[in-house]
This record gives sequence, C-alpha cells and structure tokens, in this order.
Amino acid sequence: MTDGPLLELRDLHVAFPNRDGSRARAVDGVDLALPQGEVLALVGESGCGKTTLARTILGLERPASGEVRYRGEPLRYDRRSLKRYRRGVQMVFQDPAGALNVRQTIYEAVAEGLRIQGVEGNEEELVAGALSRAGLRPPERFFTRYPFEVSGGQRQRVVIAGAMVLEPGLIVADEPVSSLDASVRGEILALMQKLVQEMGVTMLVVTHDLGLAWNIADRIAVMYLGRIVEQGTTEELLGDPRHPYTRALLSVVPESHNLTPQILAGEAPDPTRIPAGCRFHPRCPVVASGEAERLGIEVRCRGTDLGLAPVAGSAVGSAHRAACHAVPVAEPDEAPV
Amino acid sequence: MSAETQPATAAPTLLSVRDLHVTYPTDAGPLEAVRGVDLELAAGETLGLAGESGCGKSSLATALLRLLPRGAKVTGEVLLEGENVLAMKPGRLRAVRWTGMAIVFQGALHSLNPVQRIGPQIGEAIELHAQGKRAKTSARVGELLELVGLPARRAQDYPHQLSGGQRQRVLIALALACDPKLLVADEPTTALDVMVQAQILRLLADLQERFGLATLFITHDLSTLAAACRRLAVMYAGRIVEEGPAHAVFDAPAHPYTRALAAAFPIIGDPAFRHNPSGLPGDPPDPRALPPGCPFHTRCPVVREECPHTAVELWPAGEGRRAACVEVRG
Repeated sequence: MTDGPLLELRDLHVAFPNRDGSRARAVDGVDLALPQGEVLALVGESGCGKTTLARTILGLERPASGEVRYRGEPLRYDRRSLKRYRRGVQMVFQDPAGALNVRQTIYEAVAEGLRIQGVEGNEEELVAGALSRAGLRPPERFFTRYPFEVSGGQRQRVVIAGAMVLEPGLIVADEPVSSLDASVRGEILALMQKLVQEMGVTMLVVTHDLGLAWNIADRIAVMYLGRIVEQGTTEELLGDPRHPYTRALLSVVPESHNLTPQILAGEAPDPTRIPAGCRFHPRCPVVASGEAERLGIEVRCRGTDLGLAPVAGSAVGSAHRAACHAVPVAEPDEAPV
Repeated sequence: MSAETQPATAAPTLLSVRDLHVTYPTDAGPLEAVRGVDLELAAGETLGLAGESGCGKSSLATALLRLLPRGAKVTGEVLLEGENVLAMKPGRLRAVRWTGMAIVFQGALHSLNPVQRIGPQIGEAIELHAQGKRAKTSARVGELLELVGLPARRAQDYPHQLSGGQRQRVLIALALACDPKLLVADEPTTALDVMVQAQILRLLADLQERFGLATLFITHDLSTLAAACRRLAVMYAGRIVEEGPAHAVFDAPAHPYTRALAAAFPIIGDPAFRHNPSGLPGDPPDPRALPPGCPFHTRCPVVREECPHTAVELWPAGEGRRAACVEVRG
C-alpha cells in the first residue's frame, strides 16, 4: 500500500442523459481524499448528488470523466477488477429492511458476501465473528432467524455484519440511521465508531444529518448541486462554517446553536440546469440580502464559477476550504502546505 | 346537516383525553397499544408528543379522530370542546373530523389521490362540509394553497408533479380546508429534507399564530418538538411517562427515557457529544409481553431494585411537570 489516501476522487464528473437530450450533471467536478481510518461525512440535501457520488465510489456508476482511486490505483470497470474492488469497499444502505432478502436467514445474509468472493476459511466462524462484532450476541441465536423476526436496530446490525465480514478497507454508508428510532440511532453510531477504532476501517457516511457528523465524523464535506462547496474538520466546519449554504444547513438544526434560522426557499435545484456563476447564488442569502452587492462581489456571484479555496483565518495547517466569493481566501503564505 | 347539538363548554380546554385505551385484535391475542393516556390541550396551544415506533403514539393520534381500523377497541373519552368524539354519531363525526380537528400524516404521497388534480381534492373537502357554490370553492382552494406557500395555479397539478415538500404543503392546505380548531400532525416532516423540514415547521408555526390553531405534534425527534411546542409529553410502551413545559423537559428531563431521547440528537458544538453517540441498549418491549413493574426497567440505565415490582404512575416532578419514575416519587 502507498502512503497516499485510501480513497481519492479526482475531478469526478457523473452525468445522466435525460429524454429530451439534456444531461443531468449529478456529480460535477469533485475532488476528495479520504485517508485510512478516517470517518468523512458527506452532507447535503437530497438531489445534491451525494448518493450518485457514493454509487460512483462503489463502482455502480461510471464517471463521465475523472477517476476514482483506491489504494493508489485507479478503479477499473471490468468484471474481475470490480469484484475484487468490492471485497475491499462495502456499502451499508439506509433502509435495513429493504437491504435484506426477506427469504434469507440472517446467517445466509451475512455468508452471502463470503461465498460471492470465494473467501477461504471456516464460514460459520467468520459469520459468527461478524455478527458478534456487530453486537448480535450470542451470534448462534441469530443464525436461523429471518430479518422480520428481529428489530429494526438489529436488522441494521445484520447489514453492518454483512459488510464487515469481508474485512473491507472502506465502508460507504448511505444515511445509516435515518430510518431508525432515536434510542437505537445512538447505538448504531456507537457501533460504527467502534468498528473504525478497533478494526481500522475507513468510512464515508452520506447523510443530511449534521448531528450524526458531530457524533462520529472526523471531517465533513458539504455538497451542493454536484460540487463540494465546503470541507474541513468537523470542529472547523460546524464551529466556524464559512459557506452560506453550510451556515444555513446548520442554522435550521433545532436546539443546537446560536445562529438565526436561515430557511432557504425552494428545494434542491435541478442538476440539468446548473446556474451560471456560483451555483448557489439563486438561493444564497448573501446575494438576496444585498450583502454581496455591498461587498462589490455580486457580479462575480452571478457570473463566475469557482472551486474550493483555503479560507483565511483558519489555523496553520488547516485544510478548511470553501467555494464562496464572499469568503476571504487565505494568502498563499498562510495556506496549508 | 347536524347542527351543534351541544354548546361548547366554557372550559378553556379544547381537547381532553381521558384514560384512553386502544387494543388491536391479533392472531397472537389482543395487543394493547395505548394503555391509559390522559392529555389536555388548550385552545391555540401546541403539545408535542414524543415516542418511538411501537410506543402507541400513532394509535393515539388516529384514535382521536376515530380513524382506526375496524376491530380496534377504543375505551375512555376524547372530549373535543366537551363533546365525546368516541360517542358521536357518524354524521356528527364527519363534520367534526374536518371542522373540529384535522390530521396531517407522514408520507404525503400516499395521502393524496395520484390520479386526481390537487384542486378538486381540496375542493371536495370544502364542498362536503360547507356546501358552498362551485365558484366559491375554486377561490377558496386558491386561497388555501397560497396560505401554505404554493401558487394557486398548483391546483391544476397532479400529486406526482409536486416535490415531497410541496405535497406536504398540500396536505396541510387540505387539513385547513374547513378551519379546524385542532391540527394533529403525525410525523409531518420525517420523510423530508432538512431545509424543507424547516420550511414546513415554520409554516405550521405561522398558521398556529395566525389562526390560533391548536396543534398536537407527534414525532420521535425530541429536539424538533422542543423547538416547536410549548408543552411536551413523552410516551413509552403505551403510556405517557413524562410531561411538562417543553424546554424544562428537554433541558432537564426527569425520566431516564426522556434523557435518552434528548441525548439521541446531539447538541452540535457540545464536547460531551463529540465522538460520543448515545443511545439506549435493547429495543422497545413487545406490547403483548410488557416487563412487570415499570415497563422501562429492562432498558433503564439507572434501574433500582424496586423497579421491577413498582407500579409507576405520573408523579409531580416540579412546576407543571409529571414523570412516571420512582426517582421523582420522593
């Protein structure tokens, strides 16, 4: 293995053709690096492209351009390469009821990955070990049960056991707790954190839930309309959010902060018609309030597209970056090396 | 049309639920989902009802409007302005369902007819009750849509042409069609995106203020309820286990179950929650086989020796507060 990040996305673009010939640019230029052992929360509204990004990382979608690199190697899309890749990169879906086959026992559900991958060793021991690490103890008690015979929280543990049994390097979890009850939610997040700490797995958690990020993520990337618009450590991003979109997302979390609620109008915009200039400008409170005009940047907000840049005033060595004309950019000498 | 057969009582209470029980027949024997709930809601007040799946909160909500499936047994009283909903004749019940109280469910897609335009669906509710002229109905539909933040021309759309948030707005418009005094909102924002959730919550708050609409707001998200409601009640295994002023209950819960729910959604920025997700071990109990004594004792982090043998009830727990835990019994 190289010293570089476990997973790296380089200028990734994923687009879907529409019937009318236009193209939905679901992922529109994403660069992202995920070091070994890190938990990254990818945050955004539905329709922002976060699920497409996750599917592309899993090799379920092919990028129009750019690349997915795992352990320093670009992802290849022939069957054999994909099969080998998927042993190392596993998915945990939002709805554990939908992710499990209702006619399959819990044993079969967890053993399936081992069989597909042709993993050698004592299958029963491996399944028992995975169930037990996922908190289903004693594991034998769960072998012959069916998904509907256990609770929602236990089902999500089965899904996690099925992913962990292959000892993956990376787990991509799409809203892993959003369909679970409040008291169960914390238990599952605690399990995920334990797997990171004890098994050294790396995790990308796709979510709209900033509380989840504060609970378990090391870093956060905020996605809007196919791009990452701000990223940094969880403390930087939630303690000192710079992008107006991040600030708005944080401001509507109930009972959590001192920001005035900034409720954006409308819903996630259409990726077939990405606005010119900063893609957030039609919903941006800085533009709408006239502040952008006072700052003399409104023309750029409306006309100049921009990428992530290091934000001024963050700590030395910080990787806090934002894509906003209103956020002062760090001078090169204070930028992180 | 059934006229007001009974004058409204002078009590400031709008809704009063007394010793409500809901029991479903199942193959494995009767299942008591609601096991004796008392609730009071004043006119214009907002009450948040928190609890997890299977705790009986949705059974309670649907029982209030008598929308439970046939065969479900309901006992106790649901007094709406002093009149017992559970004893109403069908005609009176139909009138009350729209003009007295209305319900907004989770999952707005399933509550609307997919093959009918939005306008007629709202219009139907108006005409059924107000027996108004058609011309007036269409004006009223437009008015209602604008009230919930949608352009009146959306009346021409089919449900699938609307986003999830817009459909939830249509359901709120539908619920408001006959100017109800009480809105029951059962997980109205659960399936929605964060920003849309905030939009809907603000809309509900605006409507409450403008029309003095009383709201019973049900969800498992205690932090949302604390922000949106004046009072809070927490339900576990078919009973209320804690109630009181929203902020008092959220900031300093008296019942260990409420403490767990409050901690489930972390306070962002609070180091106590950083890298420290907090949940409750175990799962809610099977309503057919409740643990003896306090039904929460099997999951309780501060369980005492007496808990499996003590019949808990709501004891006073500070100003305007009650909790069903031996800790507060004193």
